[in-house]
Amino acid sequence: MTHTVYIPGDAAAVALGADRVAAAVKQEAEKRGIKIKLVRNGSRGLHWLEPLLEVGTPNGRIAYGPVQVKDVASLFDANFVTGGKHALSLGLIEELPYLKKQQRLTFQRIGITDPVSLDDYIAHDGYRGLKNALGMTGADIVKHVTDSGLRGRGGAAFPTGIKWNTVLNTPSEQKYIICNADEGDSGTFSDRMVMEGDPFVLIEGMTIAGIAVGATQGYIYLRVEYPHAHKALNAALQKAYAAGYLGGNILGSGKKFDLEVRLGAGAYICGEETSLMESLEGKRGLVRFKPPLPAISGLFGKPTIVNNVISLASVPIILDKGGEFYRDYGMGRSRGTLPLQLAGNIKYPGLVEIAFGMTLRELLYDYGGGSASGRPIKAVQVGGPLGAYMPESQFDTPLDYEAFAAIWAVLGHGGVVAFDDTVDMADMARYSMEFCKIESCGKCTPCRIGSTRGVEVITDIIEGRDLAKNVPLLRDLCNTLLNGSLCALGGMTPYPVLSALNHFPEDFGIAGQADAA
Amino acid sequence: MRESGAIDTIVQDIIASLKDLPGALLPILHGIQDKLGYIPAETVPAIAKALNLSRAEVHGVISFYHYFRETPPGKTTVHLCRAESCQAKGAKALEAHVKNKLGIDYHETTADGAFSLEPVYCLGLCSVSPSMQIGEELYGHSSAELFDSIINAEEASA
Ligand SMILES: Cc1cc2nc3c(=O)[nH]c(=O)nc-3n(C[C@H](O)[C@H](O)[C@H](O)COP(=O)(O)O)c2cc1C
Ligand code: SF4
Ligand code: FES
Repeated sequence: MTHTVYIPGDAAAVALGADRVAAAVKQEAEKRGIKIKLVRNGSRGLHWLEPLLEVGTPNGRIAYGPVQVKDVASLFDANFVTGGKHALSLGLIEELPYLKKQQRLTFQRIGITDPVSLDDYIAHDGYRGLKNALGMTGADIVKHVTDSGLRGRGGAAFPTGIKWNTVLNTPSEQKYIICNADEGDSGTFSDRMVMEGDPFVLIEGMTIAGIAVGATQGYIYLRVEYPHAHKALNAALQKAYAAGYLGGNILGSGKKFDLEVRLGAGAYICGEETSLMESLEGKRGLVRFKPPLPAISGLFGKPTIVNNVISLASVPIILDKGGEFYRDYGMGRSRGTLPLQLAGNIKYPGLVEIAFGMTLRELLYDYGGGSASGRPIKAVQVGGPLGAYMPESQFDTPLDYEAFAAIWAVLGHGGVVAFDDTVDMADMARYSMEFCKIESCGKCTPCRIGSTRGVEVITDIIEGRDLAKNVPLLRDLCNTLLNGSLCALGGMTPYPVLSALNHFPEDFGIAGQADAA
Repeated sequence: MRESGAIDTIVQDIIASLKDLPGALLPILHGIQDKLGYIPAETVPAIAKALNLSRAEVHGVISFYHYFRETPPGKTTVHLCRAESCQAKGAKALEAHVKNKLGIDYHETTADGAFSLEPVYCLGLCSVSPSMQIGEELYGHSSAELFDSIINAEEASA
């Protein structure tokens, strides 16, 4: 009989040796005359266990991890292909508490299926959303998305249904769907995991978007730092075309949608939607003034939907199960689930998809297990390099867009980076300014020149020069950035900088100040 | 080093196959850098001509993006992640070690042309920080020892 063995092809698993383990498993199986079918699945997101090897048994999938090449022979000795006991045994994968407690909607197939097998995708409920959508009017599709309460997962949390409705109602002979796959935030990797682990769900989401608003061309703007995602997307695109899920006559409906991947070139600002479109048009990625909104005049001047990977990958299940099904998850105005990404100095880093509303503390300790170093967690940056640093006193904040905004923090793309008490927050503040300086598109003065000045001022503060003058100067500069920048790169750099200053003044060599920004 | 005649042919082929794409400039630049490792200054006029742009515009695009380079890279490029999650797990110490070991700073190439060093702001491997890329290979849980073992193996096989 043939045994099915799963070893992730996800970049994080590969970075820990998954390709070498896969080769060793193949070779050892041949040597022993054991027939195996090796599937390179996506990652389940339990990254401290990668490379995580699984084997299918009549009772479910049994996991082993983390597996290194040196463990492979002993795994065969233990007859792991039938689920045999071994020092690395983890039991039934679905029963591990980290996974079992999650509510996976967008990530329902990731780690389970063969990412580039269309048959596998369909066998696991794929393309049911598209089939429903093909029988609806554009307005009905948009209504499901609106009813779901889905808000953009790329950072700004704008309601997706409203954006789609604008494009639907803007007449034009040509409209576009762009997937923003630039995922440049530190501490975020959920977009990457979707593209590598279930590329069809993104393709399906974009196809539904196209049919909903009458757009016939889509682009996935992918950052060049993601070569594995590039490969997976292109392999999936080819299969979707071959089977009639993309192209001139989608599933015989007479509807048309074409889709192409375009690579960025290492500029963080190209994640901002207007500079992304400039980049797609073949120009420098300079931010455009808004209005006009991209929904009205976007790529090549045409009405354009720009959505994040997770936003678009959430659409198929909404069209499969209905807007209300999705809306029933979450709290307040934050509906559905959010794939949270745990990184930095954390014991159990990984991906946790769960309804909005859990507290940051639960995420850090119940899932993350506290710091990896065993020292106290001192600060957590949520929402990427433009997100605020949160001290321990704020860990009970629920993961909800409004609750974060209320304490001058951002949930953003759901990336969570933990630091233990060895971190120097003045140093981190300087890094944030430096990042703004390196990545500024250069269009407006506060950001272009202010960030350079900001690095100098923080350096002066760190070196203890004239604090009475330089600390107010830094605050002043941050105010200018907050109020005078065209986009959120300059406009939000004050979040990490001022939160570090306000919550950890001792790291800047000053006593606490009452005026939290 | 390739002959400039050979470069011309390569570049003309890439331009011809991509120039009709909407927004063709980035795909063309990627195509050239994929093949040659960088975008030689002498290719700019041909690109500009094919896309009906000025040379200054093409040059402006090349210099805007961190990924495009105008000089040949070393045989192997080392990308170190400098972003927050990697910093939380010791990226700075790793960075100091690597610079010292290779004897170069970011954006530089070793005198023997073996290695170039570039910073990267997140590889999406934050859950296995600190991370780095050496050539095409990705590495998580990086350390000075891991770096040395890879580099030493690379040098031995060179
Ligand atoms: C500097 C900057 C970088 C951004 N980077 C990204 C990114 O990498 N991915 C993303 O989806 N959105 C990013 N955004 C947000 C986009 O501008 C835009 O709001 C988003 O793509 C819209 O999609 P959504 O509504 O589905 O979130 C960025 C914004 C700014 C200001
Ligand atoms: S704030 Fe910075 S990145 Fe944004 S438009 Fe202005 S200069 Fe460009
Ligand atoms: S911060 Fe280094 S890989 Fe993301």
